[in-house]
Amino acid sequence: MTTRSYLEAGDRRGIPAWILSTDHKRIGVLYLAAMMFLFLVAVTIGVLMRVEQLTIAPPLFPPQIYNAFFTVHGVIMIFMFVLPGLPAVFGNFLLPIMVGARDVAFPRLNLLSWYFFITGAVLAVVSLFTGSAPPDTGWTFYAPYSIRTGGNVSLAVFAAFVLGLSSILTGLNFITTIHRLRTPSMTWHRMPLFVWAIYGTAWIQVLATPIIGITLLLVILERVFGIGVFDPAKGGDPLLYQHLFWIYSHPAVYIMILPAMGAITEIIPTFAHRTIFGYKAIAYSSIAIAALGSLVWGHHMFTSGMSTAANVVFSLLTFLVAVPSAIKVFNWTSTLYKGSIEVRPPMLYALTFIFLFTIGGLTGLMQGAVNVNQHVHDTYFIVGHFHYVMLGGTGMGFFAALLYWFPKMFGKMYNEKAAALAWFPIFVGFNMLYFSMLVLGYMGMPRRYYTHLPQYHTGHVIASIGSFVLAFGLVILLGDLLVALFRGKKAPQNPWNGVSLEWQIPTPPPLENFEEIPTVGRPYVFNQEAAR
Amino acid sequence: MSGAASDAPAGHKDYEGSKLGMWLFLFTEILLFGGLFILYSAYWARYTADFHRGGQMLNLGIGVANTVVLLTSSMTVAISVSAMQQGNRRLSIWCLAATVLLGLVFLGNKAIEWSAEIGEGLYPNSPELLARPHGEQLFFGLYYSMTGLHGLHVIAGIAVLSFMLNSIRRNTITRTDYGRLENAGLYWHLVDVIWIFLLPLFYLSA
Amino acid sequence: MEHAEPHAHIVPYGTFVRVWLLLLFLTAALVVTAKAYHEAMSVYAMLVITPLKAGLVFFYFMHLKYEKPFLKSMVLMTLALLVLFIGFLFLDLSYR
Repeated sequence: MTTRSYLEAGDRRGIPAWILSTDHKRIGVLYLAAMMFLFLVAVTIGVLMRVEQLTIAPPLFPPQIYNAFFTVHGVIMIFMFVLPGLPAVFGNFLLPIMVGARDVAFPRLNLLSWYFFITGAVLAVVSLFTGSAPPDTGWTFYAPYSIRTGGNVSLAVFAAFVLGLSSILTGLNFITTIHRLRTPSMTWHRMPLFVWAIYGTAWIQVLATPIIGITLLLVILERVFGIGVFDPAKGGDPLLYQHLFWIYSHPAVYIMILPAMGAITEIIPTFAHRTIFGYKAIAYSSIAIAALGSLVWGHHMFTSGMSTAANVVFSLLTFLVAVPSAIKVFNWTSTLYKGSIEVRPPMLYALTFIFLFTIGGLTGLMQGAVNVNQHVHDTYFIVGHFHYVMLGGTGMGFFAALLYWFPKMFGKMYNEKAAALAWFPIFVGFNMLYFSMLVLGYMGMPRRYYTHLPQYHTGHVIASIGSFVLAFGLVILLGDLLVALFRGKKAPQNPWNGVSLEWQIPTPPPLENFEEIPTVGRPYVFNQEAAR
Repeated sequence: MSGAASDAPAGHKDYEGSKLGMWLFLFTEILLFGGLFILYSAYWARYTADFHRGGQMLNLGIGVANTVVLLTSSMTVAISVSAMQQGNRRLSIWCLAATVLLGLVFLGNKAIEWSAEIGEGLYPNSPELLARPHGEQLFFGLYYSMTGLHGLHVIAGIAVLSFMLNSIRRNTITRTDYGRLENAGLYWHLVDVIWIFLLPLFYLSA
Repeated sequence: MEHAEPHAHIVPYGTFVRVWLLLLFLTAALVVTAKAYHEAMSVYAMLVITPLKAGLVFFYFMHLKYEKPFLKSMVLMTLALLVLFIGFLFLDLSYR
């Protein structure tokens, strides 16, 4: 008996079939579609910023426009791509399947999450074009500037609040799904490591996001009612804004990276044809990162006027939180050792993730040293660092995941050569762009400046050319996938010979995922004899 | 039992699962108010004397009355759930109705209280308040933010409980299917817990 | 996973009434201590009595006493997180 795939099943047709569907797979695809559009908008703004730095005398855009650019680039990238990216797309699509369930615990709440996401995205874009001026505070909305500036801060901040609601509900749904809907034979230690990663992430989503929620609401209350909590004129302390902001926004970066690490952990064993090295280490390190990561937020404030005592404690904990991340890198590398490695596009991008994330992580450690931080805070060094971890890390992880699970999601194969070819401009452009920033920042180039002094110009030119090359590569990669969506060859059920549950069901999956709820044994068992 | 399939009719309900979901939502509320508690703790430490004076300007009588109202409403909703579990539909409805009524009394008290304070010029950005010491300005800024946010949650709670009242009347909440009522009760109890903390922070500010 | 069986444990009405009376008593104690004693004493009283009241609501009204250990530890973890946030904040505030 052939059941229709989720792409065709159900009674509705056309747009209502998608935007009224509570099927976790369709919701994952809805997120993907929205995100790809928003990502490209934000990439375009980023490229425009790089053009501005090329055209410094006279600059192409007035300074206020540049301020609006970096604000919106940050808001879109962080709140609409890097944060929700892997959980909302791949968490939604794969989590129920990977644990042997038919859907998440609360399917209607899941659809509501997507509605909140779209609402927040629309509000954020609208905030650009309404009010007296677009927001110009940076995505961090620091007080007191954010409570005084005429830009459309309240709307932008409210948009971020709504996006936070989306994140919270997704996390709540995933925790409940993992606790309640695993097939009975799947004990905690038989779960795929992507699920462990999603689990850690979900707890951060639930516990940390409300703090930014209230902080953003307070900015609105300040602007509208003048309650005074962040306003020095009324005795308020702007540093308290920073504390509250980073209490969420630091754990947020672990929301960004944990699922990417989870995806890498699925990809590497498949293409090394070996079981994962150190299952428990990887599982528990995800939880450790989530836990420790909630106590390091002060490292964003080393130059703000925080006490020395706080500086020292936060620095120490920052160094500690690098340990579980490093553990994962060791485990992935050990998995590769004596594996039968096949470098197809998902593996190519996964290996790139490890390399670029390591650079990002190491520069993070550098910044975690209070003395170094005095020199590099608010410079391009920081910008370089976070792009290495957010784009080199989460971004690459997202692309690797997309290349890995695309056939499963859409039943089509993409052109693997094109994906591999795209890798070259992506890798070269990326490093031209962001390694230059590390150097520029170390030399003293401040961030969020629309122009620069002559001694930084060479670095900026290299970076800008890098950005064009990177953008070119991204267009090839995403273009390849877009073409495959409509004209790709039909994908086999299990193109990569993966062993987790998603590869045991038809491609694309049927609406209810499984005919019978499956029974599972130990995870990551590969037939190594056949592979050699 | 696995959860309901997407476009198929609702399958088995997962009582424990929906309770877990509600508790997770309550955690988010704890952290939401938590951010405000963090701010309060910082400013209380810095402006202790001003906070003390601010507290004395509030109406302790209404504060205590509202505390009694909410504590009682917590008891009534708990009894309502227990009654439903035991099949006592009538008691369940009466206690739930009492809870809603007490919630409305709370809001009424709040309205009286706030109008009085606003009438005296004690609101953010008022000329009177701007002339007062910084600590008192922050005290009132936090007072309105925290009791205001709490009040919004009381309104939401009253709405949810009223909806449950209706569900009991229509028999969609029964002796064997009372999870929604219990979850609504959990929400109401948290609203009560937050007020338990707000009372000393503002009305008994030492 | 378990079938959708409602939780078997039912709390008798009397328990709720007794907890309510205790809460009223604690509230009275709180107000009296706050008003009657000097500063430090009131703060300590509040720091003890208030969590106690909250605990009673969590354990009895919200049924936490009869729930699984996992849920109890998650509630504890959430509250502990908040306490840690405040604690770390004071690492900054107290030493500036």
